[in-house]
Amino acid sequence: MVYGVLRFINFAHGDVFMLGAFSGVYLNKWLGPALAGLPWGVSLLIILVLSMAICAALGIVIEFLAYRPLRSRPRLNVLITAIGVSLLIEYSGQLIFGATQQPFPQLIPAENLTFTGGLAVTKTQVIVLVTVVALLIGLRFVVMKSRLGLAMRALSLNPTASALMGVNNSVVISFTFGLGSALAAAGGILYASLYPSVEPFMGILPGLKAFIAAVLGGIGNIPGAALGALIIGITETLVGGYSQAVGLPSGYKEGVAFVILILMLLFKPSGLLGKIEREKV
Amino acid sequence: MLARLLSRAVLPLGITLAFLTAGCSKKENTNEIVIGEVASLTGGTAAWGKAQNDGVKMAVEEINAAGGLLGKKVKLLTEDDQSKNGEAGTVTKKLVSREKVVGMLGEISSSKSLEMAPICQKEGVPMISPGSTNTKVTEVGDFIFRVCFIDPFQGTVMAKFALSKGWKNMAVLTDVKEDYSVGLSQFFKEYYSKNDGKVAVEQSFSKGDKDFKSQLTAIKAANVDAIFLPGYYTEIGLIAKQARELGITVPMCGGDGWDDASLMQVAGSAVDGCFFSNHFSTEDKSQAIQAFVKKYEAARGTKPSTFVALGYDAAMLLFHGIKTAGTTDGKAVRDVLAKTKDFPGITGSITLDEKRNATKAAVILTIDKGEVKYVETVQP
Repeated sequence: MVYGVLRFINFAHGDVFMLGAFSGVYLNKWLGPALAGLPWGVSLLIILVLSMAICAALGIVIEFLAYRPLRSRPRLNVLITAIGVSLLIEYSGQLIFGATQQPFPQLIPAENLTFTGGLAVTKTQVIVLVTVVALLIGLRFVVMKSRLGLAMRALSLNPTASALMGVNNSVVISFTFGLGSALAAAGGILYASLYPSVEPFMGILPGLKAFIAAVLGGIGNIPGAALGALIIGITETLVGGYSQAVGLPSGYKEGVAFVILILMLLFKPSGLLGKIEREKV
Repeated sequence: MLARLLSRAVLPLGITLAFLTAGCSKKENTNEIVIGEVASLTGGTAAWGKAQNDGVKMAVEEINAAGGLLGKKVKLLTEDDQSKNGEAGTVTKKLVSREKVVGMLGEISSSKSLEMAPICQKEGVPMISPGSTNTKVTEVGDFIFRVCFIDPFQGTVMAKFALSKGWKNMAVLTDVKEDYSVGLSQFFKEYYSKNDGKVAVEQSFSKGDKDFKSQLTAIKAANVDAIFLPGYYTEIGLIAKQARELGITVPMCGGDGWDDASLMQVAGSAVDGCFFSNHFSTEDKSQAIQAFVKKYEAARGTKPSTFVALGYDAAMLLFHGIKTAGTTDGKAVRDVLAKTKDFPGITGSITLDEKRNATKAAVILTIDKGEVKYVETVQP
């Protein structure tokens, strides 16, 4: 999304994701007594919304401090700055939160839902899936139906023209960063609920994979990104589970996902659901 | 000859330069014996690095309080390898060539010790690894020692233990990115399958993975009695948790890589009833261990982990080597270390064999409601 609007890859996205998970940990610690009496669904929602707010603010600050001064500069400068911001957040995280893994609180009660045929699904997985779908629909609604969404799309089409039409580009860009970071935070909390150990470097790989999913699905296209993510995820799991039957170590699962990306770029560079664009970075 | 001439000419020049640039001449202090240490103070396995560093620092404080070594103070230089493969070699080079350390201590992880060893071997600096159990580490050369037992022993101990528990059908889940895990699995399988155990299914993962459900689903389908899981605590917690979520109820067992309190925090009840082999137990009644545990508790407020004790032992063994040799010359110290016999360490009496590996007993521990409990000691 940020790429769609600003034409550069926000490498720090994965780190905002990590910060989201950590704010979940600390919010739960601080608000623990106050939340104890509430049903788990409500406290999950409170923590989710609060850390989304925190990260949205952080995202706006990052954009304001690091990217805004470079907006008129060549895109490569911003790209390198993004890597710098990413490293800054990771190592500051290590300084502040400590380098060791921390347990993520159990926001969703552990409960196994078993089905016939040995299928085992946990309540956490169901809740995560439902939340993700809800967030995706919400995002789609914001982008397609709201005035700010309209402005975002206009900006991504042509920044100069949208400014001429009375769109305040700075506000829209800040909003885009806030929205993207809030979603990253939600992702971080849901991810940490599934894999309850958080550490300052947890965001690197998910951040990379999110980018691959976006490219696979067609960059700047929200349903495309979701589709790309599903394809990558399912491929990885299948390769991880079955590769040893043919004698490959499970480490190849990421390799296979990346090969799919390369093939995609070779044969349909615009992604599965993407539109053909002439300009490429 | 030319090289020697050159070094004769350059060395005084270097020293003069060092004196000219005032304050930079720290290596010229002849009242200090400089020891290098590589530890993973940050990053994934930071808990171990910090433990090792704690142990080493304790040993240095003690030796300095007792008057130092050869009439000089011991100075410890610790470098952080950030738990990254590749970094350990870089910082070792720095310590050995720039700081001119006379002995090296480190690492816990075998992959990182394997990066340090060739550098120490080449420069003739004795290196003692506190906790790397992979056989290849000391095979690098005759300057490389360790104070812990090795994977063939540890793997065999766990295989014997599994058989004694009546587990005839097991799954093995290996971390293919860590030499430690690969070695342990190999030796476990060797002994286990020779003695009518059957490895029903083998699966692998890579360090840093978060989702193990596809591997665990395959293990579940194999319907095993137990799972051998020789990984590091950073992944074990998540594996155990996901195994229980999938409805796998069989016990799991592993090696000393399980040893860290954060395993219990992440996994919670998922690791209850699991077993792992280790170097020592704080519950051990022996006087040396209890005195050490008490001293550590007084200073830090928590019970020492295994790697505190191993770090302490490694440092003490190096000091013993320098003291007995009466010099800091690498070769002399190496010769003394190679002859180590019945050195009284916290983690047991250390005797180094001709391959510079320690022959020591292992303990088997179990996890009961988040508490680590002692089960038995296995003699070599």
